Amino acid sequence: MKYKGRFGDYGGFYVPEVLIPVLEELEQAFYRFYEDERFVSELAQLSKDYAGRPSPLYYAERFSEYVGFKVYLKREDLLHGGAHKVNNTLGQGLLAKYMGKTKLIAETGAGQHGLATAMIGALFGMETKIFMGVTDIERQSVNVHKMKLCGAEVIDVEGGTGTLKDAINDALRYWTANVTDTFYLFGSTCGPHPYPTIVKHFQSCIGKETRQQCLEQIGRLPDMIVACVGGGSNAIGIFSAFLDDKDVKLIGVEAGGRSLSSGKHAAALVAGRVGILHGAKAYLLQDKEGQVHDTESVSAGLDYPAVGPEHCLLKDTGRAEYVAAEDAEVLDAFGLLSKTEGILPALESAHALAFLCSQKGKLDADTIAVVNLSGRGDKDVSIVEKRRSADE
Amino acid sequence: MRTYKQIFSELKRAALIPFFVIGDPDFDTSLAIVKTAIDAGADVLELGIPFSDPIADGPTIQKADIRALTSGINVQKAREFIEKVKDYKDIPIGLLMYYNLIYQYGTQKFFSDFHEAGVNSVLVADLSIDDADEITAPAASAGLDTVFMVTPNTTPERMKLIASKTTGFIYTVSLLGVTGSREKLSDTVEVLIGKLKKLTSVPVCVGFGISKPEHAAAVASAGADGVIIGSKIVELIEKNLSNREKMLAEISTFLSDVKSAIKHQSN
Ligand SMILES: Cc1ncc(COP(=O)(O)O)c(C=O)c1O
Repeated sequence: MKYKGRFGDYGGFYVPEVLIPVLEELEQAFYRFYEDERFVSELAQLSKDYAGRPSPLYYAERFSEYVGFKVYLKREDLLHGGAHKVNNTLGQGLLAKYMGKTKLIAETGAGQHGLATAMIGALFGMETKIFMGVTDIERQSVNVHKMKLCGAEVIDVEGGTGTLKDAINDALRYWTANVTDTFYLFGSTCGPHPYPTIVKHFQSCIGKETRQQCLEQIGRLPDMIVACVGGGSNAIGIFSAFLDDKDVKLIGVEAGGRSLSSGKHAAALVAGRVGILHGAKAYLLQDKEGQVHDTESVSAGLDYPAVGPEHCLLKDTGRAEYVAAEDAEVLDAFGLLSKTEGILPALESAHALAFLCSQKGKLDADTIAVVNLSGRGDKDVSIVEKRRSADE
Repeated sequence: MRTYKQIFSELKRAALIPFFVIGDPDFDTSLAIVKTAIDAGADVLELGIPFSDPIADGPTIQKADIRALTSGINVQKAREFIEKVKDYKDIPIGLLMYYNLIYQYGTQKFFSDFHEAGVNSVLVADLSIDDADEITAPAASAGLDTVFMVTPNTTPERMKLIASKTTGFIYTVSLLGVTGSREKLSDTVEVLIGKLKKLTSVPVCVGFGISKPEHAAAVASAGADGVIIGSKIVELIEKNLSNREKMLAEISTFLSDVKSAIKHQSN
């Protein structure tokens, strides 16, 4: 491997020997093509015509009135597929094509990354397999149907709690046996090097656009950027353009699940300890001996016990701040955005909104906050319904 | 303590190396299984401490990990387990681990404590030669040998690098894939063994997918210094969970058959 893939001491590539040659091949291909003229222009064209970039920056006036300061939404929910995930799958899918790979595999939690991969599999005519935990298959069934309609095979993963972590385990195992013709299209800024770097690169368009839109539409940079953090891709995507703007606060919101004290959550940065899982050193939810904890969150896309290595470094250096939002607050925020703006946010993105709600009355009225609205909530309607009737 | 060097040089044939998950299906049965394996002719033991997310393992060993964890095995009990095995017989033991368990315990302390318990070597499944420095110095100072993997897609330059950092034996993975029993022996394994034997004098043991006496014989005749059998034996445990006597008998018969196939090969 040419690079170590470290963010401070975090990251790296802690994988079995059999995966090293393929990660090396991927690293080589990425650095060969990511600035290649033809690759860049092909990706730009697809981002525009297929995915729908640039996505708007929208001033949410009625939601702002409720919280008492100015809230802008970066509308990644409007992209094709309904989430930021397509930025990454277009980029990696094109990379796979340039590498001459003919098959795609991917893990998925909420089904958004699985769907975005299935779309790209159809677009490029590649055979696609999506690994998905059985719990997630049940709670995100709409996305399962969509993936199948795009021609992907959805593979049930029974292990563990049948969530994202287990899907990654099985995708890695499958890849081990099929390294020659298969491209593993990883969905977030975690996993072994070079994925955190690759995914950040393809998601950094969110930050670049946001920064420019802020300057054009508002005339200044925002006071804070807020994004939900599962593996960390939408968050690093929007943070990346503001890292040097020291006056812009960066806030990542993790899944507080039932509550932090109950232990039933997925807040690795807030409540985890450094460990090694899925090829990277990062904050990890685990027991005293290092067995990985089962996680719990109302949002399948954040239901993961580890987190991307760059976020770990941003936490340690204090450049970004990480908090957790509990399921109940998240459901309230989901309802609030729907009622005030007519926009149904993904439950993942609703974590970022929940943080803003928690700041109601605490910030100056001229404070400007930008939320990365990473996805739309159509996939979550039945979960919200179920939770609501259970609460009544 | 007998070293790998002694073992591999004394044997005029490939070593029989069964693999078990410590505590599968529970501490006592697991100990009885290992003793049975020793009596049936195991030359070296490869033992794993179960981990929640074993990405290098197929379904058979994943289930064994879950059984062992559910029965309450932990790192401390694994250490006691190894001490009990060594009380029964002074047999060389290699540990097969996932890195997080070592990392959380503290690498140096883990190696020292397990060397003291009677372990000869450690193989960390998710630590490649590129990060070998994280374990080589602590292993050396604890007196543990290092074992690293070579797979069918490892380049010759990497093989040399791996051989140079390996003090125990090279764990040669017979196929592209995770652990699990297979009907057929991979057709690339004999070439791989040949390549390694030319490149290095470090002992070469072969594992993953070895499921039949004839597989073991073929690997031995290709020049392997050891034959590692995991999933096939774990299947015998899984199949006989409700009948311990039958479980032990079947494991004993299977290992004896493998052993005589290996012996026959070298005559
Ligand atoms: C809409 C949406 N937002 C966020 C996430 C979390 O992923 P990440 O932290 O990589 O952005 C997901 C994952 O499925 C998602 O679907």
